[in-house]
Amino acid sequence: MTTLLEIEGLQTQFFTSAGVVKAVDGISYTVDQGETVAVVGESGCGKSVSALSILRLVADPPGKVVGGKIKFQGRDLLQLSDREMRDVRGNDIAMVFQEPMTSLNPVLTIGMQITETLQHHLGMSDEEANARAVELLGKVGISEPQRRLAQYPHHLSGGMRQRVMIAIALACEPKLIIADEPTTALDVTIQAQILELMKNLTREFGVALIVITHNLGVVARYADRVNVMYAGKIIETGTAADVYHNPKHPYTLALLKSVPRLDLPRQAKLDPVEGQPPDLARLGPGCPFRPRCRHAVERCARENPPLEQVVPGHYSACWEKSNLTSAGKPIS
Amino acid sequence: MSEATAIRKSEATPTPQPGLQENLIEVRNLKMHFPVTEGIIIPKVVAHVKAVDGITFSIKKGETLGLVGESGCGKTTTGRCILQLEKPTAGDILYNGVNLNGLGNKEMSPYRQKIQVIFQDPYSSLNPRMKIREILSEPMRVHNIVPDSHARDKRVLELLNVVGLTPRFADRYPHEMSGGQRQRIGIARALAMNPEFIVCDEAVSALDVSIQAQVINLLEDLRDEFGLTYLFIAHDLSVVRHLCHRVAVMYLGKMVELADCDELFDNPMHPYTRALLDAVPIPDPTIESGRQHKIIKGEIPSPINPPSGCVFHPRCGLAVDGCSKAVPEFKELRPGHWVACTEV
Ligand SMILES: Nc1ncnc2c1ncn2[C@@H]1O[C@H](COP(=O)(O)OP(=O)(O)O)[C@@H](O)[C@H]1O
Ligand SMILES: Nc1ncnc2c1ncn2[C@@H]1O[C@H](COP(=O)(O)OP(=O)(O)O)[C@@H](O)[C@H]1O
Ligand SMILES: [Mg+2]
Ligand SMILES: [Mg+2]
Repeated sequence: MTTLLEIEGLQTQFFTSAGVVKAVDGISYTVDQGETVAVVGESGCGKSVSALSILRLVADPPGKVVGGKIKFQGRDLLQLSDREMRDVRGNDIAMVFQEPMTSLNPVLTIGMQITETLQHHLGMSDEEANARAVELLGKVGISEPQRRLAQYPHHLSGGMRQRVMIAIALACEPKLIIADEPTTALDVTIQAQILELMKNLTREFGVALIVITHNLGVVARYADRVNVMYAGKIIETGTAADVYHNPKHPYTLALLKSVPRLDLPRQAKLDPVEGQPPDLARLGPGCPFRPRCRHAVERCARENPPLEQVVPGHYSACWEKSNLTSAGKPIS
Repeated sequence: MSEATAIRKSEATPTPQPGLQENLIEVRNLKMHFPVTEGIIIPKVVAHVKAVDGITFSIKKGETLGLVGESGCGKTTTGRCILQLEKPTAGDILYNGVNLNGLGNKEMSPYRQKIQVIFQDPYSSLNPRMKIREILSEPMRVHNIVPDSHARDKRVLELLNVVGLTPRFADRYPHEMSGGQRQRIGIARALAMNPEFIVCDEAVSALDVSIQAQVINLLEDLRDEFGLTYLFIAHDLSVVRHLCHRVAVMYLGKMVELADCDELFDNPMHPYTRALLDAVPIPDPTIESGRQHKIIKGEIPSPINPPSGCVFHPRCGLAVDGCSKAVPEFKELRPGHWVACTEV
């Protein structure tokens, strides 16, 4: 497979009165053509900021990409002019957000919002754009597409609006779609519909997908590979099977253990990670997970562990990674 | 569900509750129809939103009843009716045998203390200008639960301790806390009233998984320690299975299934319950790749004009001709297992 996107040492910071927030602190990963990569982690760990950084949509000020490279089809997006970057956003990379209501324009009809993209980026005529819009709405499972073109976003349910967002994302025939919590606001039933739709369409069109989520089930169902983030860093990465069946970072382990599961016997008690994620404006020298970690050793307080290979394709940022067994218990 | 994901029999059951025989809450044929009006000068009622449309259930002392279903099916409205925040269109709500619907403000007062609520979004329900100390002590003063101000201060610290927060949080404002910490304050505020019964309306839904697990454990500990009874409203079925003794499934204002927790998850009967369970992704890629997903079509229709007959029939894979005509009876198909479907 050819590499489509290659992120190297990306660093994004916010310069606030409370100090410098290291929202994304040196992350690297790749996305191949047609592949689905998940970014998972708890709120505030830098998932959205890392996605916005790819598209250069981080609000500046207070935010700034301060380091790294974002190579898309070989070109470093961080070196492009604003104009070139707009073209990338219109033609190559599309984004789908959690709350479609805020990304759809409330005073424009659904039809206008889709045809605008088609006319602007693909230079279609009115009739061509209209016909294509109807086709796209049909593809995303919206009934009576012709009639829907005249409707406004508030006429639609949350699930329907997200379908429209996907239609708009697909309109410019992108090579990569970044979906930031696309189903977090939806019911499980609608979530399943939308994710299945995205999976089928990305396959059909050969589009790569970065799906950002905090839902471990969603990752397991849809992702080829997964990046687990904590405090602005990727702390574990690998195939979904490797990461779930053989987690090599205590945080991943803890996350997996803290969700009740429908397929396992009911536990008497959940086993949560205690404490809370750190303040990204006040990170110390050691591993940011150390205060919550059950496997921490003395070295963890001094040195932040780099992301290192455990087995080919599976990486972990933990000094104790080889002492974590597949069952998730430390070797005593 | 496919074989791979057939839910396995549970080994652990929630702590059996002593004296589980007595009903604390009885809800009988509850209906809450909100009028839809048109016209500004002389508003005219043109239709009704049938948010809750004739549901009956009870909750025993010490029991946790889960209430699940897609958004808009009437869960919150049911909770609000029990809390007497809505005046039901029809039906009765009995607390310890006393019909709350008939009570005047004064007679209702002791029940307003015994029945508490924890909301999804603690932020919007906490006064941003008050310190945590005031947020917790104010209701104790108003309801004369702890009349002495020194005793109240002491009680605030006790409550913080119970919900796992250090005393220094007493001097913080809500915006100076994380979501998980604010949810603990929401819980502490409910506990301040010495409640017997708590409606938890999506109380853990907005929390991150590690924090959610902490709060679930806290709710369990408090239930055991204070003998609390919960109505646990949630859309996350795995959380409901973990925490509840019995589970009720709602669809478009109706109850479609009600059973003991293990029975419901091991042997779901209503096609809607099965569809809900099928939609939950399991956090295991191997299981997921072997699973056959029969994804439910369509969306929950408007409660203004609900479908005829069985309200679920337009989305149902089992529906036959009769389903669009007759409303299915809510029947006890196995001991304690109630289902409203003619096709199972
Ligand atoms: N405009 C901003 N100003 C200051 N800090 C910000 C801003 N936007 C995001 N951050 C901080 O960056 C960090 C990462 O945020 P985000 O990427 O949104 O997290 P996630 O999507 O994983 O929940 C958080 O600590 C957040 O508070
Ligand atoms: N005060 C109200 N007036 C009119 N309709 C309402 C009111 N409160 C709730 N509803 C409607 O009643 C239905 C059930 O709502 P709700 O009980 O909040 O559902 P849930 O909590 O299951 O998501 C929804 O269609 C909602 O829009
Ligand atoms: Mg985010
Ligand atoms: Mg609700």
